[in-house]
Amino acid sequence: MPGTALQVEGLGKSYRIGAAAPTRRSLSEALGDSFKAPLRRLRAGIGGGLTRAEPFWALRDATFAVSAGQVVGVIGRNGAGKTTLLRLLSRITDPTEGQARINGRVASLLEVGTGFHPELTGRENIFFNGAILGMTRREIQSKFDQIVAFADIGPFLDTPIKRYSSGMQVRLAFAVAAHLEPEILLVDEVLAVGDAGFQKKCLGKMQGASRSGRTVLFVSHNLAAVQHLCSRCLLLDRGRLLVDGSVAAAVSAYLDLLREEAPSAVVDCRGRAQKSTTDAARITRLKLCDAHGRPTTRIAFGADFNAEVVLQVSRPVHDLSVGLGVNSLDGVRLFTSESRATQPLERIEPGSAVFRLEWKELVLRPGLYSLDLGHNSDAGSEFLPGVVQLEILDATDHNSRAVIDRRPGVVLNTMPWSVALGPGTLHQGAQTCA
Amino acid sequence: MVVPIEDQEPIGAVLMDAPAEDGTSTQMDSATPSLATRPETSPLAEAWGLPQKGGPAPQRLTHIRPRRGWAAIDAGELWQHRELLSFFVWRDLKVRYKQTLLGATWAVLQPFATMIVFTIFFGRLAGMPSDGVPYPLFSFTSLLVWTYFAGALTQASQSVVNNQATVSKIYFPRLLLPVSATLPGLLDLTIAFVMLPVMLLYFGRSPGWHIALAPLFVLLAWSVALGAGLWLAAINVRFRDVRHLVPFLVQFWLFASPVVFAVSLVPTRWQPLYALNPLVGALEGFRWSVLSTGTFPWSAVGLSLIVAAGLLTSGLYFFRHQERVFADVS
Repeated sequence: MPGTALQVEGLGKSYRIGAAAPTRRSLSEALGDSFKAPLRRLRAGIGGGLTRAEPFWALRDATFAVSAGQVVGVIGRNGAGKTTLLRLLSRITDPTEGQARINGRVASLLEVGTGFHPELTGRENIFFNGAILGMTRREIQSKFDQIVAFADIGPFLDTPIKRYSSGMQVRLAFAVAAHLEPEILLVDEVLAVGDAGFQKKCLGKMQGASRSGRTVLFVSHNLAAVQHLCSRCLLLDRGRLLVDGSVAAAVSAYLDLLREEAPSAVVDCRGRAQKSTTDAARITRLKLCDAHGRPTTRIAFGADFNAEVVLQVSRPVHDLSVGLGVNSLDGVRLFTSESRATQPLERIEPGSAVFRLEWKELVLRPGLYSLDLGHNSDAGSEFLPGVVQLEILDATDHNSRAVIDRRPGVVLNTMPWSVALGPGTLHQGAQTCA
Repeated sequence: MVVPIEDQEPIGAVLMDAPAEDGTSTQMDSATPSLATRPETSPLAEAWGLPQKGGPAPQRLTHIRPRRGWAAIDAGELWQHRELLSFFVWRDLKVRYKQTLLGATWAVLQPFATMIVFTIFFGRLAGMPSDGVPYPLFSFTSLLVWTYFAGALTQASQSVVNNQATVSKIYFPRLLLPVSATLPGLLDLTIAFVMLPVMLLYFGRSPGWHIALAPLFVLLAWSVALGAGLWLAAINVRFRDVRHLVPFLVQFWLFASPVVFAVSLVPTRWQPLYALNPLVGALEGFRWSVLSTGTFPWSAVGLSLIVAAGLLTSGLYFFRHQERVFADVS
C-alpha cells in the first residue's frame, strides 16, 4: 500500500495557563470576593477556561508527511511537544489549529496497561485491554495464546492482577500491546518502563513492526533505539519542528541542543580544593571541549574530547604533574591519568600553565561520570574531588562509526576470540594455547 | 561437548536474543541487539505479524482538525465501537460483586431492605397514599425503578472522572463511558424484578398483560439517568463539585418523585405539570404496567417522554461539546 500514511499540516495545540488572581486590597474585599468567587468561577467555567490566561503552545506549525511503511523517530527535550504530537494524532485531544490526515487503522501506545483493572484476572484484562486498544474480540481470541506465552504468566492467568508483581503486570500489558496490528502505530516512550530485558523485548517488537511494513511514529529519549530503528527522524524543540530529515541529522542537532543546556563546561576551580598542602601551584580552571573545540560536558558515545586544566604557579616548582581521575557515580575510580606519564616537567616558572588531555580511544559507556582533579610536585599537592560531571550520551555522533556496546560490564573491550572446532581440529585462523 | 558452530544461531543472537524470550533475564543491561549481531529474521518480528489477513481491510481515513461549535453525534463511530461498549459493561459487571460475600443477592437486598424501611416510616407512620395498593408492594415496585435510576445517574456522573487515566491515554468515543455506566444496573434491576411476582402473589394480586410493557418505562428512566448523567459527567471533569452535588441531588430527586407516595398526594391542579419531572412518567407507567393500577397515565408519560428526550438530546450535545477538553483538564 504505497502512498501517504500521515499528512500533518500546521498542526498546533495551545493550552491556557491560568493567570494568578489579582491581589486583594482589603479584608472586606476579600470577604466579598469569597462570596462572589463561586459565581465568577462558574461563569469562567462556562466561558471555557480559567481566569484570563496566556496561551501556551505545546506544539505549533508542525508540518510533515509520512509515507506508508516509514519508521519515524520523534526526539526532543522534555516539553518539546513530542507527546502532544502523539496525543493529537491519536485523537486523544483536539488540535487548536492546523489539521492532520491519517490513512489507515491507527493504534497508539502512550502507556502500557491503560485500562487494566486490578480486580480482573489476567485473562479478563487481556480481553479488556485489547479491546480498549482497538482489537476486536476475534482478534484477541486468535492471539490469546501468543499473548499469554509472550507475557510468561502461565499459572497466574486466572489470578486477579492486583496479586501480580509489578513486573508481571508490565509484561502482560506489553504482551497485549505488542500484538496490536494496526497499519499505523504511534508509540510513546513505553520503553522507558520495565527492566532491561523488557526494554529489549519492546525493541524487538518495534523492529518487527518496521520490518512488516507498518508505519511507526516512535517518540523516545532513547537515542540509541531511535538510531537503531528509524529511517527518519523529527526533532522537536519548544513546540516547533526543528529538523525533519535523516536520523543522523536530527540526532546531531539534538546533541547540540543538549550541549547548549548542559551544565557549564568551564569550571572555576578556585577554592574547590579539599586537600591542599601547598599554595605554590593552584588549579584555577577546568574546561571540557568536544572534538570541535566547543565547550561541553555532554559527549556523544565514542567521540573524542579534550580536558583543559589551567594552573596558576606562584613560585617555581619541580616535577609537577596534573592528574585527572574518572569515577563512576557509585564512587569507583575507573582510571587515573597523570601528565607526568607523557609530559614530565622538570621545573615550572611562576605564571599560568595549561595542561591539555586529549581524550582518545578510551571509550566510556553511556552514563554519568564524575571527574576528580589534582596535582602534585615537590612543593606539595592539591586534590579537587568531583569538580564536574561528565555525561556520555546514549547516542553516537553522526560521523562516528562507533557502535554502542551494550554487553554488560564496567569496561569495554575489543579483545579477539578464537575458536577450535571439534576435538583436535583447528578452525581457520584459530590458535590453541599449547 | 562440542557442537559445530554452523548448526547454532549466530553467537550474537544467542547472547542477545535468547534471554529476551523469557523476559526474565537480568544478565543483559542492553536495550537492543547490537547492529553487528542483528538477526535477519527475528521470532519477535512474527508476533507483530503482517496486516490483517482475510481480505484487505477497508481504508480508514481520519481527518483531525480543530472542532468549533457543536459537534454532531457520530452514530457510525459509536456503532464501530459497540464491542468496546460491551467490554466496558462486562468489566463493570465482573468487578461489581468481586470479593463480596452476598454477590448478586445485593441486587435484591437493597430495594427490599429499603422497602421495609419505607413501609414503616412512610407507609405506617406518615400514612402516604399508595393508590390503593398495599404499601410494601407499592414502594418495592417504585424502588426497583428508583434504585436503578439513582445508581445509573451516580455512576454516569462519575464515569469520565473515574476513567481519567484511560481518557488521557487512549482514544475511543467518550460517550461510551457514561452510556456504559448506565447499563450494568439493568442486570440488578432484572434480578430484583424476579422478586416481584413473589410479592404480587403474597399480596394476592396477579400481574396483567401490561407487565410486558414494563421495560419501556425502564427505558424512560434510563434515558433520564443518561441525559442527566451526561450533563453531570461533563461538568464533573472541570468542576469536581459534582461529586458532592450528586448524592444531594439524588436525595432531593427521590423526594421530588412519586417513589414513597402516589401522585394523588400532589394537588390536582399541579398534577399535569408534575410530570415535568420525567421520573414521574417513568414511575407511574412502571407501576401501571406491573400493578395494573387503573388507567394508563397518558399525560404524565407523554410529558415525561418529551422532557426526557430533551434532557437526553441536550446532554448528548453538551457532552460532545465538552469532550474535547476531557484529556486536557485531567
